[in-house]
Amino acid sequence: MSFEYAPAPESRSVVTIESSYGLFIDGDFVDPASGAYFKTINPATEEVLAEISEANDVDVDRAVTAARRAYERTWSKLSGRERAKYLFRIARLIQERSRELAVLETLDNGKPIREARDVDLPLVAAHFFYYAGWADKLDHAGLGPNPRALGVAAQVIPWNFPLLMLSWKIAPALAAGNTVVLKPAETTSLTALWFADICRQADLPAGVVNIVTGGGETGRALVEHGDVNKIAFTGSTQVGRAIAAAAAGTSKKLTLELGGKAANIIFDDAPIDQAIEGIVSGIFFNQGHVCCAGSRLLVQENVHDEVLAALKQRLTTLRLGDPMDKNTDIGAINSSEQLGRITELANAGDSEGAIRWSPACDLPDRGFWYPPTVFTGVTQAHRIAREEIFGPVLSVLTFRTPAEAVEKANNTPYGLSAGIWTEKGSRILQMAQQLRAGVVWANTFNRFDPTSPFGGYKESGYGREGGRPGLLAYLTTGAER
Amino acid sequence: MSERIDVRRTAKLFIAGAFPRSESGRTYEVNDHLGAFVANAALASRKDARDAVVAARAAFPKWSAATAYNRGQVLYRVAELLEGRVEQFVSEVRAAEGVTAKRATAQVTAAIDRWVWYAGWADKYAQVVGSSNPVAGPYFNFSVPEPTGVVAILAPQESSLLGLVSTLAPVLASGNAAVVVAARLMPLPAVSLTEVLATSDVPAGVVNLLTGSADEIGPWLASHAAVNAIDLAGADEDLAIILEREAAGTLKRVLRPTREDWKTDPGLQRLSQWVEIKTVWHPIGG
Amino acid sequence: MQVTPSLAPPDSAALLGVGSSQTDLRRFLHSLPGVDQVGAEARVAALGTRSIKTTAKAYAIDLAIRMVDLTTLEGSDTPGKVAALCAKARRPDPTDNSAPSVAAVCVYNDLVGIARQHLAGSEVRVAAVATAFPSGRASRSVRLLDTSEAVAAGADEIDMVIDRGAFLSGAYSKVFDDVVAVKAACGTAHLKVILETGELQTYDNVRRASWLAMLAGADFIKTSTGKIAPAATLPVTLVMLEAVRDFRAATGRIIGVKPAGGIRTTKDAIKYLVLVNETVGDDWLTPALFRFGASSLLNDLLLQRQKLSTGHYSGPDYVTLD
Repeated sequence: MSFEYAPAPESRSVVTIESSYGLFIDGDFVDPASGAYFKTINPATEEVLAEISEANDVDVDRAVTAARRAYERTWSKLSGRERAKYLFRIARLIQERSRELAVLETLDNGKPIREARDVDLPLVAAHFFYYAGWADKLDHAGLGPNPRALGVAAQVIPWNFPLLMLSWKIAPALAAGNTVVLKPAETTSLTALWFADICRQADLPAGVVNIVTGGGETGRALVEHGDVNKIAFTGSTQVGRAIAAAAAGTSKKLTLELGGKAANIIFDDAPIDQAIEGIVSGIFFNQGHVCCAGSRLLVQENVHDEVLAALKQRLTTLRLGDPMDKNTDIGAINSSEQLGRITELANAGDSEGAIRWSPACDLPDRGFWYPPTVFTGVTQAHRIAREEIFGPVLSVLTFRTPAEAVEKANNTPYGLSAGIWTEKGSRILQMAQQLRAGVVWANTFNRFDPTSPFGGYKESGYGREGGRPGLLAYLTTGAER
Repeated sequence: MSERIDVRRTAKLFIAGAFPRSESGRTYEVNDHLGAFVANAALASRKDARDAVVAARAAFPKWSAATAYNRGQVLYRVAELLEGRVEQFVSEVRAAEGVTAKRATAQVTAAIDRWVWYAGWADKYAQVVGSSNPVAGPYFNFSVPEPTGVVAILAPQESSLLGLVSTLAPVLASGNAAVVVAARLMPLPAVSLTEVLATSDVPAGVVNLLTGSADEIGPWLASHAAVNAIDLAGADEDLAIILEREAAGTLKRVLRPTREDWKTDPGLQRLSQWVEIKTVWHPIGG
Repeated sequence: MQVTPSLAPPDSAALLGVGSSQTDLRRFLHSLPGVDQVGAEARVAALGTRSIKTTAKAYAIDLAIRMVDLTTLEGSDTPGKVAALCAKARRPDPTDNSAPSVAAVCVYNDLVGIARQHLAGSEVRVAAVATAFPSGRASRSVRLLDTSEAVAAGADEIDMVIDRGAFLSGAYSKVFDDVVAVKAACGTAHLKVILETGELQTYDNVRRASWLAMLAGADFIKTSTGKIAPAATLPVTLVMLEAVRDFRAATGRIIGVKPAGGIRTTKDAIKYLVLVNETVGDDWLTPALFRFGASSLLNDLLLQRQKLSTGHYSGPDYVTLD
């Protein structure tokens, strides 16, 4: 008899989802001027969770106007000390409601409840705590005395870490004294709407935070709005380019956190068992829906077979299925569109001659699923080694020397993150220095912290989120402007 | 007694440490502020721009890997060499900009002092903009600034030497390589500066100078995939919009043109503009 | 790893082509991959969030009971105390016949005979700590005599301690020879080699000591004496499980693992079983290859078992205190 884990479902009764949601503008939920709604579904079951408002230009303008008014009349008049207290309140409210928010995130996003509960939510609260403390210390941020907020920030976030990305955007913006209009991703609006309720509970002044839901057109209307001073976007490199182009000739400041194709480099003297874990969390964390995912595994050729054998063995223990089950490791793909993209690129791996392997695993009948997949025999010329898949698909390449590893790792237009696994300290530092990536994880992978700046080189975007640089992205010197 | 006839200098481009003419064979007439002929400057083409980028790309790895102390020394050496040629630069700036000797001198000495200022920053700015980050876990986590790569600079059109130095020196201080497009109407102080750089310790290819039209060369640099960033200081409003749009194609870091008084303390803005913050994590365990 | 065929009986060192000289052992043990402490602990923490409910919990509790080496190792131990422990080992829950017996009773050398007597006719095995437990600081002849006496008195299993001083000073061949000698003295008794990981301190040492013990002929590797803090921990057990997994891949021999000391609750025990399940798999989920060295753990397992079978929480007066 073997040790089969019985179902351990998290209760969904901790959240009550209404049938439809308005836009959160100027402190109230309002019906969209567009009159348009779209459905948000649970990607694990395809069940409709709620109808979400689709904001149009008029709605966006109302939101920006509300944010501008709040900026002029209340938020910029408030001392840093008082702003801080609002942010601390928000942080506490998030902690208090974290179970509810984790469940909601899992329902709307498809990520395992274990990750929503143990990774996303603690980081969300931590982010607000961290930036709350900055609000009354801006003079020490490095821009000289009396740095100023930029004004109204337009923020557009992705669906992979909905509430966490919201916190990365809103916390520093408010701490620095800006007001915001945030657009969550089309497929994951719910936790942002819950956040609106947290703003209500915190008594945050009306208009300081506005949430407009919708798709790409809503996002475009927001970032192209003439009365916006700052654009912060996390998403695809393709959309990032369009935003950067549209901002040309304006005075809008930009922070772009875009795609990646990170190399995770395993040397023959790596702490092998932990490296295997690092490979797994590097690419299978959050179904690989991670811009900094370690999607290119570079293994030193002399340990390739050994590493692959251990990796495959480990992958057989991954538990794919109901995201609400507390023992699930791999949840649902966020949308059928994303599943289509993953499938198309992985099929390109097959047709270009790479060798596909997946552990035996049953995919649920309903919902969007893709099995953990490893491609071996991949070369730099394969599409699966160059294009961001944003799914649970790992491409394995080999190298012979540290120099070759660096060369291959850097041979991409992206530059968001990289991983190094070796027990040799001096090599770690040399590799860390030579890798052209904004975040380098040595003997670990996919770790995040509000104090730790995050962001890319090259086409992975510009600007940093987290830490002091994350704050500076929302400030200007007293002299500027 | 007959007057001695000057030996005039041919104003050339500066690419990979050499002084080529434009591959296009084109030149344009440079006049002083009164309209008198001074020289035929090379009218750089897109192919010259391409060559300059190749040279900068090739020079980048070594220059960016030089120690900060070494980069500081190299930049300081530039100041040393300029100091001996103040007279030449004052006369060129006067001719180009039509300012008084006093104001020209003030600009030249300010330009020299700017090299000294950035030379000093080379081994300090990382301590000011870098950090060790107290993450909530058993990890050592630090952030360091690293050079962005190849930076294209459209040098200010109105300040032939001080503006140029104020945009170039911060690019070099952090270890970037530069492709500079000189002020179109007054490129000669820039050309003279490259002659100083050529005899200084700045490695070949780290600075490349193109003379000619920013309107013509700018788009090639802004769209060039091997250029990582662009300083639009010398672009007018229309050109700046075009170039920013072009630059978006490869997500270059863009510094928009602003009204600058080059004589004031530059602060850290330009220096921090051309660096990437890299964050490194490592577990702490026994 | 090079696997060289050998005509010698299952001598693992020879099987792996590792000589038993100091130089050979050092070279081999120091060629093992390092263990990153933070990564190992993070892995254990993640597995610690597994939620084991209903049928899985019932399975785990019974399995854990069957894996217990019910232990008393006190200066105050008496024949009466051991007799009571044996009764408990045979029938842990007098109110419920379906509760399984534990794996073994673990006592000092001089009480083996008493335990043997009280366990006669049962499946419960007698384990004896030997080799000048817990410090091991005695001459080899004393330690061997300690072992052979325990075997003669009827011990099925011998829990020996390694010379941690020798290990930490790098005298690997000394430790190796000790284990070989004790194994010989065991005869047919199974040998568990206690690494005393609390004194080895680093996971790299735990990995090396695990391999050293296995190469020298251990049937089981065991974390701790229970006399040193920390005793068993999940990350140490993870590293030892990885060692037995890799050892099996290299030699074909399957070695057992016994965390001992500090495991008091059902929740703890289940975390260990999850660790076994997801590191080495089903093959090790048997008392033949995984044991808990514990005393108070058993009562908590019984309380949880009662809760599952009756549907309400039980209390300390409903399990026996021996």
